Amino acid sequence: MDLGPHAAFIWASYGIYVAVLALLIGWLVWEGRRIRSRLEDLESRGVARRSRVSREGDQGR
Amino acid sequence: MTQTDAAPRQTLTQKLANPTRFMQLSGTLMPWFAGAAAALIVYAMYLAFFVAPEDYQQGQTVKIMFIHVPAAWLGMMGYALIAISSFGYLVFRHPLADVSAKAAAPIGAAFTFLALATGSLWGKPMWGTYWVWDARLTSMLILLFLYFGLMALRSAVDDEAMAGKLCAVLGLVGVTILPIIKFSVDWWNTLHQPASVIRMDGPTIHSDLLWPLLISALGFSLLFFALHMKGMRNEILRRRLKSLTMAEVDRARSVSAAAAG
Repeated sequence: MDLGPHAAFIWASYGIYVAVLALLIGWLVWEGRRIRSRLEDLESRGVARRSRVSREGDQGR
Repeated sequence: MTQTDAAPRQTLTQKLANPTRFMQLSGTLMPWFAGAAAALIVYAMYLAFFVAPEDYQQGQTVKIMFIHVPAAWLGMMGYALIAISSFGYLVFRHPLADVSAKAAAPIGAAFTFLALATGSLWGKPMWGTYWVWDARLTSMLILLFLYFGLMALRSAVDDEAMAGKLCAVLGLVGVTILPIIKFSVDWWNTLHQPASVIRMDGPTIHSDLLWPLLISALGFSLLFFALHMKGMRNEILRRRLKSLTMAEVDRARSVSAAAAG
């Protein structure tokens, strides 16, 4: 594929595009996994939200 | 069943206000959006590199248009989404509106940065310079700074409700930049070319170049919405995590207070 005398500018544009979008997608996926693992850790230790605790407490009365 | 027993009918926005329901719906939609985005982007790149002709003036550098223009549109759309979400948060107190505004900021900033970077790389061979303080370029740079301002403001205020309100006000005030960007090429004498797709008298680009551009724009728009859903899901889970962490701190305090007593 011949992109002419300005090929470097075209490839640089597409390269930056791929890099920035890969960083954005990677950050969102990593952040989601990090939060989920901390949530699972807390839930496995039996921590419940205060609203749920009080609601279940009310039902138990 | 009497009239009073019947559950009140909910509008779509009221239904989506429930974070659990949003998590279910977005969990179903997100993979479809991401898959369709990937397919459309790959097809658009095939058209751009193997089918679309050279431009008679710009030669092969017109290939930059297929990513530059969608990035500029999505950079602006991201801010419009923030403004609409901000309005929904301030006026209707929609619980997911603030989540939406927060999630859209880094994604909109990324696309605005890409519009500026690819525009700069297109400008050098066509205009002879990477940058000029032209009204279109400068207003896009201000949009990028507005995104940075929104993200900085949110992280600078500890009280999340207050941060949400302040960001919503800035989001609404900042929306004035959008018509300035759109009409900058008409109001001022700019090096940047006037609009050639979204025009009252129709596009002025040849259909051989226009179709790959529109398919690329659709693909990146779907990617934007998939990323926005992912960002919103992360934010909902982060708020849930914060609530659980607070509950654990309360529990630890009550246990230590009981032990001391």
